[in-house]
Amino acid sequence: MNILERYNAMEYGPAPEARNEADAWIAGKDLSKAIFVGGSWKSAHGGKTFEVLDPATGKLLAEVSEADEADVDAAVAAARKALPKWSAASGYERAKVLYAIGRAMQRHQRLFAVLESLDNGKPIRESRDIDVPLAIRHFLHHAGWAQSLDREFPGHKGVGVVGQIIPWNFPLLMLAWKIAPALAAGCTVVLKPAEFTPLTAILFAEICERAGVPKGVVNIVPGGPAAGAAIVNHDGIDKIAFTGSSEVGRIIRKATAGSGKKLSLELGGKSAFMVFEDADLDSAVEGLVDGIWFNQGQVCCAGSRLLVQEGIADAFFAKVKTRMGRLRVGSPLDKNTDIGPLVDKTQLDRVAGLVSEGAHQGASCWQPDFALPSSGYFYRPTLATGVAPSNILAQEEVFGPVLAAMTFRNTEEAVELANNTRYGLAASVWSENVNLALHVAPQLKAGVVWINGANMFDAACGFGGYRESGFGREGGHEGMLEYLTSKLPLGATIKPYAASVSTDTTEHVGIDRTPKLYIGGKQVRPDSGYSMPVTGAKGKFAGEVGLGNRKDIRNAVAAARACKAWPGATAYNRAQVLYFLAENLSSRGDEFVARLSSLTGASAKAARAEVDLSIERLFECAGLADKFEGRVHQPPMRAVALALHEPVGVVGAVMQDEQPLLGFVSMVAPALAMGNTVVAVPSQRYPLIATDLYQVVEYSDLPAGALNIVTGRSAELAGVLAKHDDVDGLWLVADAETCKKAEAESIGNLKRVWTSNGRAIDWTSRDAGGDTFLRRAIEIKNVWVPYGD
Amino acid sequence: MNRDAGQTAAAADATSSIVTPLPRRTAANVQDAAHGIARNPGMQLDLGFLESMRNVNRSALERRVDSLTKRRSIKNDDQAAWLLRAISVMDLTTLNSNDTDERVRRLCAKAVNPLRADLVSALGIENARIRPAAVCVYHPFVATAVDALKGTNIHVAAVSTAFPHGLTPLKTRLQEVEASVSDGADEIDVVIPRGLVYGAKWQELYDEIRQMRAACGEAHIKVILGTGDLATLRNVTLASMVAMMAGADFIKTSTGKESVNATLPVGLAMVRAIRAYFEQTGYLIGFKPAGGISTAKSSLDWLVLMKEELGRAWLEPELFRFGASSLLTDIERQLEHHVTGHYSANHRHAMA
Repeated sequence: MNILERYNAMEYGPAPEARNEADAWIAGKDLSKAIFVGGSWKSAHGGKTFEVLDPATGKLLAEVSEADEADVDAAVAAARKALPKWSAASGYERAKVLYAIGRAMQRHQRLFAVLESLDNGKPIRESRDIDVPLAIRHFLHHAGWAQSLDREFPGHKGVGVVGQIIPWNFPLLMLAWKIAPALAAGCTVVLKPAEFTPLTAILFAEICERAGVPKGVVNIVPGGPAAGAAIVNHDGIDKIAFTGSSEVGRIIRKATAGSGKKLSLELGGKSAFMVFEDADLDSAVEGLVDGIWFNQGQVCCAGSRLLVQEGIADAFFAKVKTRMGRLRVGSPLDKNTDIGPLVDKTQLDRVAGLVSEGAHQGASCWQPDFALPSSGYFYRPTLATGVAPSNILAQEEVFGPVLAAMTFRNTEEAVELANNTRYGLAASVWSENVNLALHVAPQLKAGVVWINGANMFDAACGFGGYRESGFGREGGHEGMLEYLTSKLPLGATIKPYAASVSTDTTEHVGIDRTPKLYIGGKQVRPDSGYSMPVTGAKGKFAGEVGLGNRKDIRNAVAAARACKAWPGATAYNRAQVLYFLAENLSSRGDEFVARLSSLTGASAKAARAEVDLSIERLFECAGLADKFEGRVHQPPMRAVALALHEPVGVVGAVMQDEQPLLGFVSMVAPALAMGNTVVAVPSQRYPLIATDLYQVVEYSDLPAGALNIVTGRSAELAGVLAKHDDVDGLWLVADAETCKKAEAESIGNLKRVWTSNGRAIDWTSRDAGGDTFLRRAIEIKNVWVPYGD
Repeated sequence: MNRDAGQTAAAADATSSIVTPLPRRTAANVQDAAHGIARNPGMQLDLGFLESMRNVNRSALERRVDSLTKRRSIKNDDQAAWLLRAISVMDLTTLNSNDTDERVRRLCAKAVNPLRADLVSALGIENARIRPAAVCVYHPFVATAVDALKGTNIHVAAVSTAFPHGLTPLKTRLQEVEASVSDGADEIDVVIPRGLVYGAKWQELYDEIRQMRAACGEAHIKVILGTGDLATLRNVTLASMVAMMAGADFIKTSTGKESVNATLPVGLAMVRAIRAYFEQTGYLIGFKPAGGISTAKSSLDWLVLMKEELGRAWLEPELFRFGASSLLTDIERQLEHHVTGHYSANHRHAMA
């Protein structure tokens, strides 16, 4: 075409980003020695390599050394060796290193961007303007956390050696999300980039060499599932951080059960994109472009479920289709490309398969009819309308440029539809009415909510999921906590429960009492119709309690779920109820002192101390109910991100035998203070303490269902709770086997499990109070509110 | 938004294809009246429709334009072609208190020969006659410009109605329009009194613009909103809608005299209003950003905005204009760079 023809056509024409620097880097590096361990470059122990392809052409980009178990061993050893010095370095020293990494990345940012687009297929516009700048921002931001660690997180220290496994959709950005907070916390790192996309991680290792990262602090092990498994199962690793599929997340949860490894999982999503009738519709359409057509839709928090209010649905869908027709699918290195290829043939086949199944199940799937490049793994952006909630496109994470749309009638239904998913990563809410938007945001089961926006990220703001989208947060204050530990006052090792059978049945005083289970605000008999004897001090018969079973747990969980009054109560209201509970326990203090003495054989003085401390702890939690609050983050744009503390939901709590009253209160009170509803399985040996307590609860104004008590065999009931998919959190102080089993069995819904890992807790310690359990009693939801008029 | 309000068959067709086909033309001013676009007759002031346009999210619009200019890149011959397009949709403007007839004649001469002959031949556009669409002046210079541009098909636009503030009696303002039309101006750029927007006096604003339109007769009317004075994008959108309902052929951002000139978020709000009006009525309204657009790069950003938000049709002078004075020189320098590979200097190009 000559210039005049172009003048008439007014097309964009090709605008290729030069790739010669990136090609030169690939050609100039021996990638068969790309395992970066202890500061040196190694080939794989077994000598293997794997192929890295350019998804835009399917051609070979590089052959990269494939780390195996021995390489992971070496990397962990290097990280272990480097740990003492690195964790003991001053925050300032670590800050300087993080700063140097960030600046060095900035100096090479175009190389990072081009390499990323070559390797992953994402449009250069995105790698250049989004991925790489955000990755740099993470390191610069976390330099500050390194230096202010002592001030911001007193009593905490780095968790140790961390194993990190990252996905292929944001190779460099996910690396930054993992490595920056780890280094800031004084941890050393073994990171495995994804098999499809190892190149920028290798370049990053070069940057570490030059930026003065001490040898062994950052180790990079490119490889596949074998290397991943070796990291997950390695005894020398203290924490696993994983971003990837829910399927692999479950495998990791199970594999690490009982290992004591700290774990954070950032998994899949099926995030709702909600458009209300008073939204700026044109802007919402652009939001969708950022939401579902960003990175070819290969984004865990992609707004893949479009929910539109009925009255505007047709107009909105028409706008969406028009906009889709203007998307440009093409070479990732063309600056005018909006949508590049999917990362791999397998991904392309999967997306195509899901769309055809979705159509088969009744969705109308629409695609613009523009031509696709002849080679590479390209897929057209797709709008599916008339998608039933049961349709596979509404249920499954597609991880491709596919938008599943449905309509809603009113706000309540919108929220219901949005939450009708096993996932809970993100959501977008579009409305010009601040009342509506801020009404909806807290009701959504999602770790991130964007008001009038989509896919906004920042190093200062936490990111992570509710439900089966995983647990833990990345970014900001909340993200740092994932790489820190605080000391728990551990006691003796708990042995599996062995019932001691009482032979002495003489001690009957007064009128016979029948302690029951306490479910939904009522005293109920156990489903089994059986009771179990309780033995007091010196082997004396102390009474009988109901033998709770799985159905009682089921009923208790249902009651806890049905209780809306408690999570919906104001923090001030919850505080008053907990104060009142303390007041009422105090007024019956003598009774509990006597009961404790007779059951446990504790001296009157010791029993009195336990009762007093229990009251004090209730007071403490009551006082913190309206003070353990969220933060306001200020990302570098005209927006605030409200990091709200929300209750985890239904929390199961399984208690130890020692300090039966204090242990019960110490676990239940923080959970209640934050608005959770609780299913408590009290000490198996001294359950009468708990059944006495429900009488106190009954006249303390706690709404029905907020606290439920099921007595019985702890290990068995713990297992039922672990496997119950409507339990959101589970805390256990139990023997090692029960703890391990509970962690392993929690994978059904990936509930948040905390265990004492076989040890008792000394509940008298101050470290067992305060915010130690309050932190576990909340989810942090970041609500982004961009503003401006 | 499915309103019954007399959607014509043409409008329905246009909606389905989104972009009304326009005759392909090599320059802005070769053809005149028969340009294939039905002139906007306006519509009744529809306050319900107006109200439905209220939802404008500034932050989202800013993000859109911010990424838009980074999502599209125009290189090499395409860039040269797009810059020529920018010339063809230019209202070459002089609006200074010290303008004289001679200065206006010079400007007209520049409009007739906007590019150095060697560049024209190097670009292979000798026969295309790519020139600015109009010359834009104050009323006293209309006759001078008409005379200077006789036979060129370059339009003469007059700023009018007490430009730049619009705060004289309506009668005076209407007389001003009539005077410019009778002097030969075929495009009239009117300003609105911004206070009517603040007061939400939509009926009064509508009535005034309607009368101005009537005073224009066959001349096309461009309604300048003075967006820098309107404070919010919501006000910009609402004022845009009222202007179109009242029969504007073009809506225009600024006079160049406000403290804030044409910005891309303002432009986005206005082109979205144009799209909404088109979807509602089937009529295509033109858009003219003016003030502060002085670099070749920024002119490309605006062209991208038009293409992405409204489509190819809005890259013709019937539907898009730049109000600019120094932009042309920067484009000339870029075109020389395209031809020679050397960075150019202002003094190598004839001044206006």
